[in-house]
Amino acid sequence: MTATITPELIAQHQLTPEEYGKIVSILGREPSYTELGIFSVMWSEHCSYKSSRLHLKKLPTRGKLVVQGPGENAGIIDIGDGYVIAFKIESHNHPSFIEPFQGAATGVGGILRDIFTMGARPIAVLDSLRFGRLDDPETGARNRRILHGVVSGIAHYGNCFGVPTVGGECIFEKCYDGNPLVNVFALGVCRKEDVFYAKAAGIGNPVIYVGARTGRDGIHGASMASAEFTEESKQKRPNVQVGDPFLEKLLLEACLEAMQTGAIVGIQDMGAAGLTCSTCEMGSRGDVGIEIELDRVPQRESGMSPYEIMLSESQERMLLVADKGREDEVFRVFRKWGLDAVEIGKVTGDGKLRVKQHGQTVAEIPNRELADEAPLYDRPHTQPPRQTPIDPPALPDPDIPAALPALLASGDLCSKRWIWQQYDFQVRTNTLAGPGSDAAIIRIKETGTSVAVSLDGNGRYCYLSPREGARLAVAESCRNLSTVGATPVAATNCLNFGNPERPEIMAQLVEAIEGMSEACRFFETPITGGNVSLYNETLGEGIYPTPVIGIVGLLKTAPPVPAVFRNPDRSVVLLGGLGDSDAVRFGSSQYAKVILNRLWGLPPALDMDREKRVQTAIREIVQAGLAESAHDLSDGGLAVALAECTFGGECGAWIDLNSEMRPDWLLFHEAQSRILLTTAEPLKVADIAQKHGLEAPVLGITIEKDLAILQRGTMLGRWPIATLETAFEGALPSRLEAA
Amino acid sequence: MKFGVIVFPGSNCDHDAFWAVSHSLGQKAELIWHDSQRLGDVDAVILPGGFAYGDYLRCGAIAKFSPVMQAVRKFAAEGGPVLGICNGFQILVEAGLLPGALIRNRGLKFICRPVSLEPGTLDSPFTCAAESGRAYRVPIAHGEGCYFADERTLDELEAEDRIAFRYLDNPNGSLRDIAGVLNRERNVMGMMPHPERASDPLTGSTDGLVVFESLLSRDRQGAVAF
Repeated sequence: MTATITPELIAQHQLTPEEYGKIVSILGREPSYTELGIFSVMWSEHCSYKSSRLHLKKLPTRGKLVVQGPGENAGIIDIGDGYVIAFKIESHNHPSFIEPFQGAATGVGGILRDIFTMGARPIAVLDSLRFGRLDDPETGARNRRILHGVVSGIAHYGNCFGVPTVGGECIFEKCYDGNPLVNVFALGVCRKEDVFYAKAAGIGNPVIYVGARTGRDGIHGASMASAEFTEESKQKRPNVQVGDPFLEKLLLEACLEAMQTGAIVGIQDMGAAGLTCSTCEMGSRGDVGIEIELDRVPQRESGMSPYEIMLSESQERMLLVADKGREDEVFRVFRKWGLDAVEIGKVTGDGKLRVKQHGQTVAEIPNRELADEAPLYDRPHTQPPRQTPIDPPALPDPDIPAALPALLASGDLCSKRWIWQQYDFQVRTNTLAGPGSDAAIIRIKETGTSVAVSLDGNGRYCYLSPREGARLAVAESCRNLSTVGATPVAATNCLNFGNPERPEIMAQLVEAIEGMSEACRFFETPITGGNVSLYNETLGEGIYPTPVIGIVGLLKTAPPVPAVFRNPDRSVVLLGGLGDSDAVRFGSSQYAKVILNRLWGLPPALDMDREKRVQTAIREIVQAGLAESAHDLSDGGLAVALAECTFGGECGAWIDLNSEMRPDWLLFHEAQSRILLTTAEPLKVADIAQKHGLEAPVLGITIEKDLAILQRGTMLGRWPIATLETAFEGALPSRLEAA
Repeated sequence: MKFGVIVFPGSNCDHDAFWAVSHSLGQKAELIWHDSQRLGDVDAVILPGGFAYGDYLRCGAIAKFSPVMQAVRKFAAEGGPVLGICNGFQILVEAGLLPGALIRNRGLKFICRPVSLEPGTLDSPFTCAAESGRAYRVPIAHGEGCYFADERTLDELEAEDRIAFRYLDNPNGSLRDIAGVLNRERNVMGMMPHPERASDPLTGSTDGLVVFESLLSRDRQGAVAF
């Protein structure tokens, strides 16, 4: 296809005149239509990180366990005994809004390929989800439909593929009405010497295409993910890819088996920007050229143009480079699994991506410039926007007996069982702690080590202070891991923000990255990779800045310590103490959101040094076998955490709080660095707390059936645990099933 | 004792079944690729859970044509014990080795959670080590696990004592709470719950081991009476 490159065509490809100028200077001529398409996807925000890259450099990426940091398909951490884990988080926000089921399904498929392309078998998936309000008269029906679609898409793909979906989070806010977030984390395991890299090498080596045939689906998916939504976005539905988890399962098994032959030099999945991205990135990393003939690419439809073949985002495809002369060993494995594997080209010495069709060159671009030298923008950033007051409103007298069940039935705090029960969270029989736990725990059968994972992000906190919110997310995630006895070792991040061309949004991004960077350095959890999703706006309405962090920790394989109270007559200890809050900080709490329907002020304060001591202490307590249960305090504060500890068990608690604080603050403020535990040995727990300079008051004891909370002898509220559990468990089904 | 675990394209509980019988039960195990014509020297066959052939067309509808199914039929005809778990149950039903059908769960959703089972009979190589009247906690994970058959078949299953397991808290609408059934010769059983997922104290429950232990005790007695 030939087309005149007009300014309109350039604009349609979301390239600026300056960017186009750079393309012309790289090529030394005007690009062809195909080349324009190739540049437009590789230089899209989604693929090039052109707005964020300068700031992402501030993140810590090194650590003694880091085998592979950012820049590959996934980060890799050494877990000892000759094994490594590969993990990463990625967003699929835009496709999930346009077509929730396939958008979410292919989000899972994409991140799984990122893991097994490194040679690691995926053993866990977690999801961080954000939706609009389910009960809003105007948008509720659509938001419920999106949730149904996203959840069944994740279930469809993960269940069939055979990877357990072991945890995650799900939060509801008005700002996600027109822009849901679907962030998927995946983790895999392999022997250290079996890691593969997405690097082409060896001039003359064959370039082999495997997996699904290329169709017209998903063309320009990466560019779509780099623009705001408008009324016309629904017309982009054909840009969303369609996933086939069965094919992906075959691809997984075939790739892992083919890797064992030793005949594979490098391998990369075809995700965003498909064949374009995999060829030029592999070439660029290996400092070599790649030449392919499109006639050999397996195609689902006839008459596809070079432009369409190069930009297609058809799913379940991989590109690999094999050792010349050993192709047959590779082909044999793929044949066994019934998959297409075709030599489509070879590695060359000229550093260029050369694309031919019918023997004619249709694109010829230097790999390095295409893959790594996208324009970098130091976009102007001012102050994060703020339309909420700092000062608190007059607080009404609390109705504690009603407030606790109301909070437990609220969207963010209620049980997400309706969602996670649709996910197979046990396949591979390694799930020691699954959904609903503080952190998921996956046992590595080949070693004596287990891996704990927690995904965290709080858009509300980040909206009030992006820097503080990002620090809090890291602290919370590390605290979740520590609560189950794991030592946090490394992280991956997914940065969901609005339009970076708006200086106040760019300011949110910069501050969040800096806050995350500071906290990751402090907690020694380097970022080994991740994803940035910008332009999360619909009709000019941006989301809360929503950085999501996924942190992995390591622990010795052992029966997990549950969050739930197990026995009556145990001391209930609050490691870290009752904490402090004030009227300004209370504005970011769930109490303010659910009971007062307000947002103001600032997120909770975080003393990172103290936080670290709390985490060290709880790990010591758990590892010494002193905790019968342990659960960290987070959204909803102390009373919500106490109630959560009673669900699924038979025990309640009799709690008497020695404090002068207002009862609503006392029970529901969200001060950090606190962990609730039960023990038969309170003195030993107190010793450990004292050693770390921490308060650890005994709040009361576990009893049967009821949760009673007093303040200096005055009853604030007493609830049968069954009543609270009904509120907690019934909330989501009643919102989703009734409609 | 040696277990053969069949691997269809799309099986994903094959490794779990392998681990349960080899690690938890301490027996020999072998993975058998779906295009094998022979099963070798195995003493029992497991058709594992998963999504054989992507569950395209219908669960188990394509897998029944796999070359290995000829060998499985022959093995069963000769009295060898064959255990189908979840998708394996669906395949056995499609292959006509077990009666009935497995249709969409009553709630139309995939469900993953532990359920309580009671053995329907102890007179089988899969349940002979079980305790009558005891509740066993074993997880389910399926979207199409609602056991369905016509009234006559159901009556026959009951009259012939061929209901291997019943749900105490029927999660999916299965008729007569059926979680697992036997063939007439009692050497082929299919069940929707996953005993291999309840075979290790670390992952919560060891109640599923009873199925494998039954097979083992039967094997030790050298019985071929079934």
